[in-house]
Amino acid sequence: MYRAEVFVTLKPVVNDPAGLTIKGGLHALGFDSVTDVRSGKYLVVTLDAADEGEARARVEAMTSQLLANEVIEDYRIELQPAADPIGSASSPSPARGGGQGGGS
Amino acid sequence: MNTGIVVFPGTWSDRDCAHAVGEVLGQPARYVDHREENLDDLDLVILPGGFSYGDYLRCGAIARFAPVMEAVVDFANRGGLVLGICNGFQILQEARLLPGALLRNASCEFRCEWVNLRVEQSESAFTLDCRPGQVLRIPISHGEGNFFADPHTLNAIERNGQVVFRYCAPDGRVTAESNPNGSLSNIAGIANARGNVVGMMPHPERACEDLLGGSDGLAVFRSAIHALARVSV
Repeated sequence: MYRAEVFVTLKPVVNDPAGLTIKGGLHALGFDSVTDVRSGKYLVVTLDAADEGEARARVEAMTSQLLANEVIEDYRIELQPAADPIGSASSPSPARGGGQGGGS
Repeated sequence: MNTGIVVFPGTWSDRDCAHAVGEVLGQPARYVDHREENLDDLDLVILPGGFSYGDYLRCGAIARFAPVMEAVVDFANRGGLVLGICNGFQILQEARLLPGALLRNASCEFRCEWVNLRVEQSESAFTLDCRPGQVLRIPISHGEGNFFADPHTLNAIERNGQVVFRYCAPDGRVTAESNPNGSLSNIAGIANARGNVVGMMPHPERACEDLLGGSDGLAVFRSAIHALARVSV
């Protein structure tokens, strides 16, 4: 299993009204040192692949086809091996520490 | 004019389009499910406004891969008339049937108001009944209609006469004040090079009866009827 983090950002030439609005909000809070804010999307894709090369090729393909619009956006992919999902027969997942998590 | 109105999950202007084409203009119209794959019975395909697939990821990004879109691309490439309104315009760009992209409005506000549009050319299938310079009053209703294209693409569509509508003042002057969303060069609608595919952010289907505030939108649909008559002669 691999875990890909995909960072999608507007190209530098594309205006980012949300980023400008956030910058204005930071200035209003007194963070005067902020000179620029660019907003974007962060996606985490977990996938099955034989090796890192195959995983990267697949994430590249899915990002250029769907996750990013190359007319307006750039992207960066960070890939790392991921633990097999809980309940996987091939590799038992490490026991979770009691009391951690707490999500519902 | 056999008209198909595509309905994706989250489309919201399909019934308005059917009312305008079917009831007001008396043309045969049917809804096209997003899973359909055959559009052979149609002369005109409308991709209406709305929030297809919740606008998740990007407006139109998921709709672009719905089964019906392969048929829409084939239909357009064969010369069939395709009109994308609002979310439909976004979908046509995601499908690369039209150039550029639509960004979040410069104001970061959802804008729902009547605007004035200057008709830039009367060669497209949806402006045949208009004259260049004519001003149409049609409402907008969107949060992401800020037209963007890189300088090379923008030059190309300007040079080829693919800009169909620009936001303007009531007297037709293209001004910064009349631009509701920050669109480059006040662009409100564009055509493909062939002129059979048009995308526009304003909603002509909501301006087809005086009772509802105006009927300038009829020119868009009547143009399509005449474009088809011209082809079949």
